[in-house]
Amino acid sequence: MKVENQKAWFFVLPVLVLVAFNALVPMMTVVNYSVQETFGNNQFFWQGLDWFEQILRSERFHAALGRQFLFTFLILIIQVPLGIVIALSMPRSGFWVPVCLVLMALPMLIPWNVVGAMWNIFALPKIGLLGYFLNDVVGINYDFTQDPLAAWFTIIAMDVWHWTSLVVLLAYAGLVSIPDAYYQAARIDGASSWAVFRHIQLPKMKNVLTIAILLRFMDSFNVYTEPFTLTGGGPGNSTTLLSIDLVKIALGQFDLGPAGAMSLIYFAITLLVSWLFYTLMTRNDT
Amino acid sequence: MARITLDKLRHSYLREPTGPADYALKGLDVEWRDGGAYALLGPSGCGKSTLLNIISGLLTPSEGRILFDDQDVTGLPPDQRNIAQVFQFPVIYDTMSVRQNLAFPLKNRGVDQARIDRAVGEIAGMLGVEDLLDRRAAGLAPDDKQKISMGRGLVRDDVNVIMFDEPLTVIDPHLKFSLRSKLKELHQRIETTMIYVTHDQTEALTFADEVVVMQDGEVVQIGTPVELFERPGHTFVGHFIGSPGMNVLPAERAGTGVSFHGQPVQLDGAIRDGASGRLEIGVRPEFVTLADHGIDATVTKVSDVGRHKVVEARVGETRINAMTEGAVPPTGSAVQLAFRADRTRLYADGWLASGEGVR
Repeated sequence: MKVENQKAWFFVLPVLVLVAFNALVPMMTVVNYSVQETFGNNQFFWQGLDWFEQILRSERFHAALGRQFLFTFLILIIQVPLGIVIALSMPRSGFWVPVCLVLMALPMLIPWNVVGAMWNIFALPKIGLLGYFLNDVVGINYDFTQDPLAAWFTIIAMDVWHWTSLVVLLAYAGLVSIPDAYYQAARIDGASSWAVFRHIQLPKMKNVLTIAILLRFMDSFNVYTEPFTLTGGGPGNSTTLLSIDLVKIALGQFDLGPAGAMSLIYFAITLLVSWLFYTLMTRNDT
Repeated sequence: MARITLDKLRHSYLREPTGPADYALKGLDVEWRDGGAYALLGPSGCGKSTLLNIISGLLTPSEGRILFDDQDVTGLPPDQRNIAQVFQFPVIYDTMSVRQNLAFPLKNRGVDQARIDRAVGEIAGMLGVEDLLDRRAAGLAPDDKQKISMGRGLVRDDVNVIMFDEPLTVIDPHLKFSLRSKLKELHQRIETTMIYVTHDQTEALTFADEVVVMQDGEVVQIGTPVELFERPGHTFVGHFIGSPGMNVLPAERAGTGVSFHGQPVQLDGAIRDGASGRLEIGVRPEFVTLADHGIDATVTKVSDVGRHKVVEARVGETRINAMTEGAVPPTGSAVQLAFRADRTRLYADGWLASGEGVR
């Protein structure tokens, strides 16, 4: 006979407590702000869904969201193919493997605000190496503090430098797990190197690449520290991404209600896109 | 289709090999007839996979040549040798359907679509996978996957040789038999030279017309399954093939013959001139009988293996297996063993040294 009791709940309890304090409770305070208005003094007035409506209709939000999607799209379309190409050209065995791996991991080990500060100095016209090189050696008029296009170029370059390694390492892990027999069979079958990539390497990398894209999507969609340290959202609002705008509203203007509503919308978009992407990529696996 | 000749083939994985121990293959001279079914049999690490990779062109030998008919192919890459290889673990292209998998080698060689369709249909029929043609290859069972990887080798009509590298390793035991007989049947139909690498004697003996037995990078014997069984050229072949393997007993010279434990043993023929070194008598358990005269022994174990029983007896420190179908004596009892003379051989330093036509 099966004895039923509820003791198993005790095993789940620590996790429940942990999740409650690091996710649920903070999240519920945001929900709390998003439906109320406050003028300080700890006084709150019920506002219903007004803030949500206001944010969703706001042109400022649309512009920031557009910039956010553009940023994520650009870095994905550069980092994923670039990461695959670098992973393919890395050696599979021998002395250089650990050297390559360590070199690849280095950018990811640098604290995010340091990356922003580094690139800020690096790209400053007249002073920084990149700024000096582009202005005085190549002769392009480049100033990311004045020119929106230059600012975009710089934040994209910075993110590519910082995060392509993640795609490289994951893709490389996928590549080295392919048994030699596949390459040997392909050689015997007379497959071209494109066919080897298309029919062996890419399918075997599919799972790790799904994870890589998912991680890169979430991180770049929520990115704050690096672009903020580099450009502060400027010039003007040209590099004000969603997260930077959110901090401006919440801490700059101290509009806690709209900021709360915006956070929830932001979270919902990230969750929805991640879920859609993951579901689409894995639907054929079972 | 081609005759394959290995000419003084040596291979070392080291850049500067110094002694024989550095060589994975220590000098092979073998000729394989066009259209034959061969097996390469040997324990793990004996160099059979190295040899296979050299024939397919995935490895270039350190020394020696490989000839397909009279063409030297030693320096050619795999795709120019017109060979096919089936690997231990089934290799299939996950993204393609079964049909596309089978068509892949032809497509890469620019064969026209009508011929591809015909060849794929024919091979699918032979392998019995017609129903699977439009399925995605990724979802198949291991034995079907292995059939598909065989099919990719068979689909080309210009292959010189098809090589199998322990292809049944991942197949369930009850499917091994059917896949093995399918392979045999395919060989009879398409008559391509086939080389089958395995460490499983049953697979080698049932598949091949001729078996090449290897040990430590050397060929110890080439022969038909019957020859390997009845007249092992080396004690290694004797105990590697057969279950249980051949009894190998320490022997001494006694006049013109030999003796074991002080009792003269009759051999199948004259001893080779100058046979010296470590002398051993080899006799298979099938040819040892419990008799009323012969060598005194004590029964130590009896195992029933179904059709017959294996009696293990001890003479001094030496163990001898005998196979019998009749009544068996109880453990501990004294018996007398007789060897069938025409199946009892002498080995000197491991090599056959009695009977007709020995080296």
